[in-house]
Amino acid sequence: MTQANTPLEYRSQQSQMNILGFWIFLGAEIVLFSTLFASYFVLEHNTAGGPAGHDIFILKDVLIETFLLLTSSFTAGLAIHFMRNNAKNDMIVWTIVTLLLGAGFLYMEINEFIHYVHEGATIQTSGFTAGFFTLLGTHGAHVTFGIIWISLLLVQIFRRGITEKTSSKFFIASLYWHFLDVVWIFIFTFVYLKGMVG
Amino acid sequence: MSLDEFFVTGDPMILASQIAIGLTMVGLIALITYLKKWKWLWTEWFTTVDHKKIGIMYILAGVLMFFRGGVDGLLMKAQTSRPELGFLDAQHYDEIFTTHGVIMILFMAMPMLIGIMNVVVPLQIGARDVAFPKLNALSFWLFFAGAMLFNVSFVIGGSPDAGWTSYFPLAGKEFTPGVGNNYYAIALQIAGIGTLATGINFVVTIIKMRAPGMSWMKMPIFTWTSLVTSIIIVAAFPIFTVALAYMSLDRLFGTHFFTVAAGGDPMLWLNLFWLWGHPEVYIVVLPAFGMFSEVIATFARKNLYGYKSMVFAVAGIAFLSMLVWVHHFYTMGNSAAVNSIFSLTTMMIAIPTGVKIFNWLFTLRKGRIEFSTSMLWALAFIPCFTIGGVTGVMLAMAAADYQYHNTMFLVAHFHYVLIPGVVFAVFAALYYWWPKMFGFKLNEKIGKWHFWLFVIGFNFTFMPMFFVGLDGMSRRMYTYSESTGWGAWLGFSAVGSLIMAAGFAALCYNIYWSFRYASRDVGSDPWNGRTLEWATASPAPHYNFAVVPEVEKLDDFWYKKKEGKLGLKKSDLKSVHMPSNSWTPVFLGVAFGIVGFFLVFEWFTLAIISSVLIVIGLVANSFDYDDGYHIPVDELEKEEREWRGELK
Repeated sequence: MTQANTPLEYRSQQSQMNILGFWIFLGAEIVLFSTLFASYFVLEHNTAGGPAGHDIFILKDVLIETFLLLTSSFTAGLAIHFMRNNAKNDMIVWTIVTLLLGAGFLYMEINEFIHYVHEGATIQTSGFTAGFFTLLGTHGAHVTFGIIWISLLLVQIFRRGITEKTSSKFFIASLYWHFLDVVWIFIFTFVYLKGMVG
Repeated sequence: MSLDEFFVTGDPMILASQIAIGLTMVGLIALITYLKKWKWLWTEWFTTVDHKKIGIMYILAGVLMFFRGGVDGLLMKAQTSRPELGFLDAQHYDEIFTTHGVIMILFMAMPMLIGIMNVVVPLQIGARDVAFPKLNALSFWLFFAGAMLFNVSFVIGGSPDAGWTSYFPLAGKEFTPGVGNNYYAIALQIAGIGTLATGINFVVTIIKMRAPGMSWMKMPIFTWTSLVTSIIIVAAFPIFTVALAYMSLDRLFGTHFFTVAAGGDPMLWLNLFWLWGHPEVYIVVLPAFGMFSEVIATFARKNLYGYKSMVFAVAGIAFLSMLVWVHHFYTMGNSAAVNSIFSLTTMMIAIPTGVKIFNWLFTLRKGRIEFSTSMLWALAFIPCFTIGGVTGVMLAMAAADYQYHNTMFLVAHFHYVLIPGVVFAVFAALYYWWPKMFGFKLNEKIGKWHFWLFVIGFNFTFMPMFFVGLDGMSRRMYTYSESTGWGAWLGFSAVGSLIMAAGFAALCYNIYWSFRYASRDVGSDPWNGRTLEWATASPAPHYNFAVVPEVEKLDDFWYKKKEGKLGLKKSDLKSVHMPSNSWTPVFLGVAFGIVGFFLVFEWFTLAIISSVLIVIGLVANSFDYDDGYHIPVDELEKEEREWRGELK
């Protein structure tokens, strides 16, 4: 598996193992988020006199968040494309765009949370808000972690260039980023849209 | 918080422990300084990424935790040995059965098994190390940080006291306001992250690093069970992560996941806990099955009967393990239909387990059995474990379970499963693989004392508990009246626990004796083994194999040995790539321990400040581009000559 047509990030045995290991980690993440979703569904209607989802959700803002995050997944894909073409500068540019979109998403989400708190829905209000904020918060914390992680990798790419090691690290971070996108699609559908319907 | 709230006060036994812990710490530090061993400890152990050393550290921690959990057990047995004793009060008894359960499962059984997996699996598959050596060290240090955090609870702040299952609402802030159950939530979280990393590490190691030619069905059975266990870890531990996070949020930040008043649901905890907790039982018991299989095949001098059915049975148990969690709470308001379904799935587990029991029996049949100490453990395991299994089927019947749910009958049942299933296995494995770890055997004669004391003590301790359980004694009762008539049974049981403790003391003495006096001339293959770990020197060299072995069939080493095809050609030697030591895992372990401690006491400012340490560790790790080092051929040749003699 070390032929020239193998992508750079897969060339060394260690890189292959790192990528497989990360896929398995993502499997564990799926279990983690499934548990969060399942618990949310259990608690969803237990509002204990506090607001329910359709009382507080603002679909327009959520749609903008969705748009930002989905676009960032696309730009992360572009960055990988340029990484494989060994175009370091393009790769760095598209990674920065990805990070900015991610930061935009986070900004919107934090504002959304502040809005909910003003509406009287804090994490301590009810079973519903506990499940809601924990599910969304875990996703948001993942995005935050991803932004910091990818920023650190960007420094390494900038200093070391696109090598077997940096490329496999970056590829793994991009898997993580796409995964967060997938989780968000489920959140958008099963938390927001379902919550608006009632 | 004042100082007398910080330290637990008012009990002379705890005061004695505090003084003893303090003196031991000071003594250890003084001793290491006097012997000038700090540098050696740091370079050889704290920063090591070698799977064998990490395994040994796990085992050492496991033995220490066995002592701690065992003392908890003895205290409980002392308290219930006579009716209406006042040796422990109810609160203290609650704390002790909680820490006993958590420590025995998570800080004794888990590290023992993971430790042995660490030592053996890479050697069995002919690998140089695990897939991610540094992550492996991190796993250990996170486990260790969690274990230490949990263990200080009884002298600092107060122990958790809601049982090892920590059911809500009891485990909520309203009913247990101290820091005790915070320890539970935070310490297990830290250790759990380490375990998850171990699971991922071993899945990748076993998929990607097997010796050339070792296809799936040529893999040693212990490696198979380790793989399946690792998969269950990956599938089950994240559930516990979430459950513990909810618990932490409820207790530290006033959320309402599990409090009925504000729309929470205590049954959510039960479901999540057992969705992890039941697979956890199989996480600990499957590698143990693998250990018995290796030991039985080796000392019966036969290949393992029904190897393929063994593999399918392990996979079947793993699958079913995810589908039985409700059987832990049949009595808590499920419909008859739900209970029936979980009754069926639970009883189905008896089928693959039965397959395994018969495979072991048929392996023994017509074998030339050698009654070594490790074989004795395996032989005692089969009948003892079967008692545990059959009483398990009794408990699996939902309608009948209403009669003895949460009685001492249940307690006796799971001790009959876990002690023969896990503890006997760990003992068998220690005697069996000890020479591979240290280059000498444990003494067989002291080993037999250890065996007989422990097995007799075990049966004396737990058999009476079946009877008092059927007679209506509920679990976790700290005392009982004379009129119940349980005094004789429980007195007998208490004597049994002392015999068991004597068995454990014999093990400790055996380790001491063997370190000092045992013969160092045991060769590389002292038991006439069948699998690859016996193809290299004892103790295994740090590079494991000078040349990665090639495999043609199951038990390849055994056949090559018979055919005289072993040996090393000088021309095959190439330099070996090794990973470098790293300070980040131990640093991160300490950092997580500190942050965890502050979180337990809800000192959030300090927790936030100290979490900078975690960030430093992670960033340093990300910027670490160390490529390891190479062992040159002449060094390999020198080391190999030492035990092989001249090379071909």
